[in-house]
Amino acid sequence: MGSGTSEYAVAEYALVACHDCDLLFRKPRLQPGQKARCPRCGAVLFQRKRSRMDQPLALACTSLVLFILANAYPLLRMNIAGRVQEGSLLTGIEELYSQGYWEISVLVFVVTLLAPLAKMLCLFYVLLPLWLFGRRAPKAERVFRWMEQLSPWAMTEVFMLGILVAVVKLADLAVLSPGLALYSFAGLMVSMAAGDAVLDDHEIWERLEAAGG
Amino acid sequence: MAEHQKTAAEAGYLLCHCCRLLSRPLPGSVRPRCPRCGAVLHRRKPNSLARTWALTLTAYILYIPANLLPVMTVTMSGRGEPDTILSGVKELIVGGMWPLALLVFFASIVVPVLKLLVMTFLLLSVQFGSSWRPWERTVLYRLTESIGRWSMIDIFVITILVAVVELGALATIEAGAGAVAFGGVVVVTMFAAMSFDPRLIWDRMASKDGEVSSHPGPEAGYWMQQ
Repeated sequence: MGSGTSEYAVAEYALVACHDCDLLFRKPRLQPGQKARCPRCGAVLFQRKRSRMDQPLALACTSLVLFILANAYPLLRMNIAGRVQEGSLLTGIEELYSQGYWEISVLVFVVTLLAPLAKMLCLFYVLLPLWLFGRRAPKAERVFRWMEQLSPWAMTEVFMLGILVAVVKLADLAVLSPGLALYSFAGLMVSMAAGDAVLDDHEIWERLEAAGG
Repeated sequence: MAEHQKTAAEAGYLLCHCCRLLSRPLPGSVRPRCPRCGAVLHRRKPNSLARTWALTLTAYILYIPANLLPVMTVTMSGRGEPDTILSGVKELIVGGMWPLALLVFFASIVVPVLKLLVMTFLLLSVQFGSSWRPWERTVLYRLTESIGRWSMIDIFVITILVAVVELGALATIEAGAGAVAFGGVVVVTMFAAMSFDPRLIWDRMASKDGEVSSHPGPEAGYWMQQ
C-alpha cells in the first residue's frame, strides 16, 4: 500500500446514498428478490437477487463457449450468381481496416470482441476463487471495478440486431445461408443478458470485502 | 421526525460511483479513494457540466457529416450507389420491410437526435438552476444513458455487409466516411451521458425547503418492491 494508504476514506456501512439524487438513507435490509427505490427520484438503491454465485459463473462459461464458436465459424454464406462467399465478424473488422476506416474497425473490435471477452474473463477471475475457496483473488476489487466500467461497451445484443438488419438487406441481393456463428451469436446474446440479470453485484462487493486475500 | 432529510454531500459523505459504498474522507486528503474498490471518490463527477457540454457540442458537429456523407457504397457490376443513414431507412421502407425500417429509423435517427436534445435540455436546466420537475428530468437522464448503445446497429450492419459482400467486379460494399462520423456521434454521446451527474439536478432542490424535508425519517425513506 505504501504512501497511498492515507488517501483511503473511512467506510460507512450503516448508511447509503442515492446515486442519482444523493439523498441519504439508513441501509435497508432486503429479502432476496426485493428492491429498494429512492422515494425522491425513483432510482433503484438496492436490489437483492435470488441467485447464488454459481449461476453467473455457469452462464459465463456458456457465454465463453458461444463466444469462441461465434468468432471461429462463418456468420453468413452468400451465393451471388454461383459465386459463394463466407464472412464472419473478424473478416468484417479486417475488411474495414483494409479499406482505410481504421476508426470504425477499432470501435467494432472493442465493442463486439474485446469488451465482451474482457467482461467474461474478469468475472471468472473474481468469482471463481470466491466461489471455490471463499477467497479473494489478488486485486479482485480492481478487476471487478473494471468489469463494471466495461459493461456499457459490451454490445453483443446490439450486434445481434445488426445481423438481423444485414440479413434482410442482403436477402434481395443474393441467396443467403446462416453459418454456425449466427446461431452462436443469438445464444451469446441470451446468455450474456441472463448473466447480467443474475449477477448480484452488491452481494459480490460485500463478499469480496468479507473474504480473505 | 421533523428531521430534514440530508443528502450525502451535506452530511460530508462521498458515494463511490462504482461499488456504491458510502464513506467519509479523512480530513486533509486530496484524492480520497474508496476503501472497498479503490476508485477515486468525488463529491460530484469532476467538471461534469464543462465536460458534458464539450462532448455534446462535439456530437452536434459530428452529426452533420454523419448524415450528409455516405455510410457505405454498394457497387453492383460496376455501378456504385452511395448510401446515407437516411437512404438506408428509405430502402427498407421501399422494400416493404416496415418493422425493420422502424427499428433502424428509431435506432439511427430518433435516438441520436433525442439524445442530443435531451443532453442539451438537461445541461441548460442545470446551468440556469431550474427546479422544474426534477423527478422527470432524472428519469429522462436514466433513459438517455441506457438507450444510447442501440444506435450502434448501423455500424454493425456496415461491418457485416462489408465482410460478406466482396466479390470483386461482381459486387462490393465499401464503408464510407459518414460511418466514421456516425460512430463518433454514438461514442461521444455515450461519454457525454456518462460525464453528466444527475445529482446536479437535485442540488438545486436541497436549498429550497419543501419536497425534501417533508419526508419522514430515513427508516421509512425508501419504497420496498417485491
